[in-house]
Amino acid sequence: MSVAPPKMLATLRVNGAEIACAFNPNRTLLEVLREDLALTGTKHGCEMGHCGACTVLVDGETVLSCLTLAVECVDREIVTVEGMAGAGELHPLQRAFVECGAAQCGYCTPGMLLSAAALLESNGAPRKSEIEAALAGNLCRCTGYVKIVEAVALAAERMREAAHA
Amino acid sequence: MPEIRRVSTATNPDTGAAGTTAAAAVSSVARPAAPVHARKPEGFSVAGKALPRADSYAKVTGAAIYADDIALPRMLFGKLLRSTQAHARILRVDCSRAQALPGVVAVATGEELPVRYGILPSSPDETVFAIEKVRYVGEPIAAVVADDELTAEEALNLIEVVYEPLPAVMTIDEALRDASPKIHEESRRSDNVHKEVHLEFGDVEAGFAQADAVFEDEFFYEGNTHAAIEQHAVVADCSADGKITIWSSSQTPHYLHRIASAVLQVPASRLRVVAPPIGGGFGGKTEPFPHELAAAHLARKTGRPVKFALTRQEVFYTHRGRHPVKMKIKTGVKRDGSILACRLQTWLDGGAYGSYGVATTYYTGALAPVTYKMGAYAFDGCRVYTNKPPCGPKRGHGTTQPRYALECQLDKIAGALGLDAAAYRKRIAIDPYSETINHLRVTSCGLRECIDEVERRTGYSGRHGALPRGKGIGLAVSAYLCGAGLPIYWNPMPHSGAIVKVDRGGGVTVYCGTSECGQGSEHMLAVVVAETLGVDVMDVRVCAGDTDLTPVDLGSYSSRVTFMAGNAAHEAAESVRLRLAQAAGALLGIAPERCGFAARRVFDVGDPDRAVTFLEAAQAAEARFGTLVGSGSYTPPANLHGDFKGSGVGPSPAYSYTACVAEVGVDLETGEVRVERLTLAHDCGRALNPDIVEGQIEGSAYMGLGEALLEESAFRRDEHKIPNLLDYKTPTILDTPHIDAIIVETDDREGPFGAKEAGEGPLNPVIPAIANAVADAIGVRVYATPILPESVLRALDASPSGRLRLKSAPSPVPV
Repeated sequence: MSVAPPKMLATLRVNGAEIACAFNPNRTLLEVLREDLALTGTKHGCEMGHCGACTVLVDGETVLSCLTLAVECVDREIVTVEGMAGAGELHPLQRAFVECGAAQCGYCTPGMLLSAAALLESNGAPRKSEIEAALAGNLCRCTGYVKIVEAVALAAERMREAAHA
Repeated sequence: MPEIRRVSTATNPDTGAAGTTAAAAVSSVARPAAPVHARKPEGFSVAGKALPRADSYAKVTGAAIYADDIALPRMLFGKLLRSTQAHARILRVDCSRAQALPGVVAVATGEELPVRYGILPSSPDETVFAIEKVRYVGEPIAAVVADDELTAEEALNLIEVVYEPLPAVMTIDEALRDASPKIHEESRRSDNVHKEVHLEFGDVEAGFAQADAVFEDEFFYEGNTHAAIEQHAVVADCSADGKITIWSSSQTPHYLHRIASAVLQVPASRLRVVAPPIGGGFGGKTEPFPHELAAAHLARKTGRPVKFALTRQEVFYTHRGRHPVKMKIKTGVKRDGSILACRLQTWLDGGAYGSYGVATTYYTGALAPVTYKMGAYAFDGCRVYTNKPPCGPKRGHGTTQPRYALECQLDKIAGALGLDAAAYRKRIAIDPYSETINHLRVTSCGLRECIDEVERRTGYSGRHGALPRGKGIGLAVSAYLCGAGLPIYWNPMPHSGAIVKVDRGGGVTVYCGTSECGQGSEHMLAVVVAETLGVDVMDVRVCAGDTDLTPVDLGSYSSRVTFMAGNAAHEAAESVRLRLAQAAGALLGIAPERCGFAARRVFDVGDPDRAVTFLEAAQAAEARFGTLVGSGSYTPPANLHGDFKGSGVGPSPAYSYTACVAEVGVDLETGEVRVERLTLAHDCGRALNPDIVEGQIEGSAYMGLGEALLEESAFRRDEHKIPNLLDYKTPTILDTPHIDAIIVETDDREGPFGAKEAGEGPLNPVIPAIANAVADAIGVRVYATPILPESVLRALDASPSGRLRLKSAPSPVPV
């Protein structure tokens, strides 16, 4: 028994896969991703849209999954950190975060990566100020942001090189 | 026993001059009591290299499993009912309606867990749930576990608590008053003082009498909190045989293990505490919390796994953050600035419970002399209870606040005596391999080199006092521990233990009780073991933070892990290496001492082409000696401190040193301070991974910036005013200036491969450097943190030059 309202059936498109699931309509996308789909890479940091740790992509745009109902995302394309890496290969952003030491505790990292991915999708050669603007909604308490900016710039450079090759 | 060779004290080959001062002073000092570890004259294979962190692959793919990511079959969700009163007697707690709510499986209240505990054995003043009294808004009173989180939350609304409100004590001054409402009635004092300390080294009054000038100042350092992005979470399970496992975001699984055993009345041997990767700690997860103990209790009570995941608001109530501290500092100097005497007085606002507060109190006095020579030094510390969430340790534990006061006053002294503040600090700096006025042993010390580096990068001396009004540059320095020299509960056992296992497949595993909170402790263990055994860092698997599987390490606090766990792991790896060398030496026909280890090979150091693979050596050694396991442990030397009451807080096997220059712009109309650049040079001993050290320096600079300008634990009447991450202002990427992190290596003789610490020390000078830069920019000083626009304007208004007034503009004509 629970005080929760009855569950609804829906199909979510997450990381390229159609997933049929049942969830309470008052559940946030964050809760459904983590608890119903076991995609725990997306993190709780405040549940109020302040910290950016729960950032995911919905139709290519960054969305705070703690403020978004899962039911709003039916028929839309959801990407989480688990969907970034290709088969056996890290996304250039993930590789750059590893190489630059941009992840310390790692809790803000998934949100940072997805905010950065959305930026690089629309701007392949961002200036430092543009990287900073794109990540302004993602709090990090470990790094002082220095190596995160370095990593995004490095990934952008590599992605440009790969596109030219 | 591992083979022990003498350290080379020659100039560090990697950094050139950085270690020279330290090395030059070595010969005049007594030899250390701790083992001196082996160096390879040809340099290191993996130590000192900027390799990717071994744990980062899991973190960038979302695969790392933090406590809140754990879900077990049939798991229940728990919620805590928290006090709405700051200070009140509890007349009644009625859980019957909550218990009756469908979906609720169990409730728990105070009388079920009456054992009083505290992280320090000297102040056991907490219980899991408040009993008889509540002492702050947010204090846990009861817990509910239910089939789902929403039901548990709903059930909290059905618990009836009847309070008899008592007057709340909310400030240091109120708490010091005689006959202020007693927060802890068992205290024999008539006020709310928790701990009082008085120490004097040398004759301070005589020093003041002989001084050419005496300076007296008062400062206030506001409290603030860790605000790690991960909110505390715990999962507990009790198996059918009565064994309890707790997975928790804890920086100190060993202390949780000890206290859970006492509170739950379960033998420690039936309890297992596991610390998964932690999403940031900064000191905020270093002691046992009610949600952890409640989860274990309710898992036992229900026979089902239980999870508690705190909300952000609850994290603010859980707190244990930076103490607000009022400080008076009086310093007598000669005309050249030499310190004849210094008296530091501190009053700490401890909040409702003891936490680490006794240690914090001592720490507000212990480390000031670790940077400077002083003729005499006195310290008076006083911690009070107030009706606020308990304060505890935050990065820089208790040393951050007095460091701010001391460094601000030194700038005033330099200014009054016409001294260059950088040269002045270098002149009075403590010498390597010396002893402080409060009898702390100092070993390697790169303080002067750190000052030189930041001076060279910023041109501080030529610019300080010479910039246009509104622009300022400030300098400050600091020192920090590489682990506390004494354990927090008295015992003669090691502070850290490690086991290294080499298997017949060539795999290497290190087991150590450390807790990875983002600082890179797992990578550090892998580097130390890989360097010792000549394998790749990625060949080493790290099993950490598990009281069933790993030897005790006291935890990730006081920047102790690299020094202590690093030395334990090194000793464990050396013990295996000895057997590998014997076996490989036999294969190569050479003496074991001639075996070198690098690049997954064991080779003849006289003829490096003659080699066997690490795998061949491992198999030969297992054939000869049986299973290849080595253990190591680390206990700090006994000669670190003087013999007086209170001498146990402050000693450390080594101290790190930092210098910071801040460059700021101040808007003279609005009072807003903008930090333009922070330049830090940090003496970390040897950097085992320079990328990680830089990351720690940068993160410290960032966190110091937040404390200097933005962050405050603010209260409105008797409750936390801003328990959320929107109103509690942590710097975003847009608030964070350019940060230059410079590593100064000193090669500490007792550190693992010469390493000291980098996780906390670099934070301390940032706040006074910014304060000194603001004073340089506006010509007057703000004597409190955070330096908010309104405090800048108040200071300007009180100064002769005043603020820039906004030009009056005509009001728009209504249409």
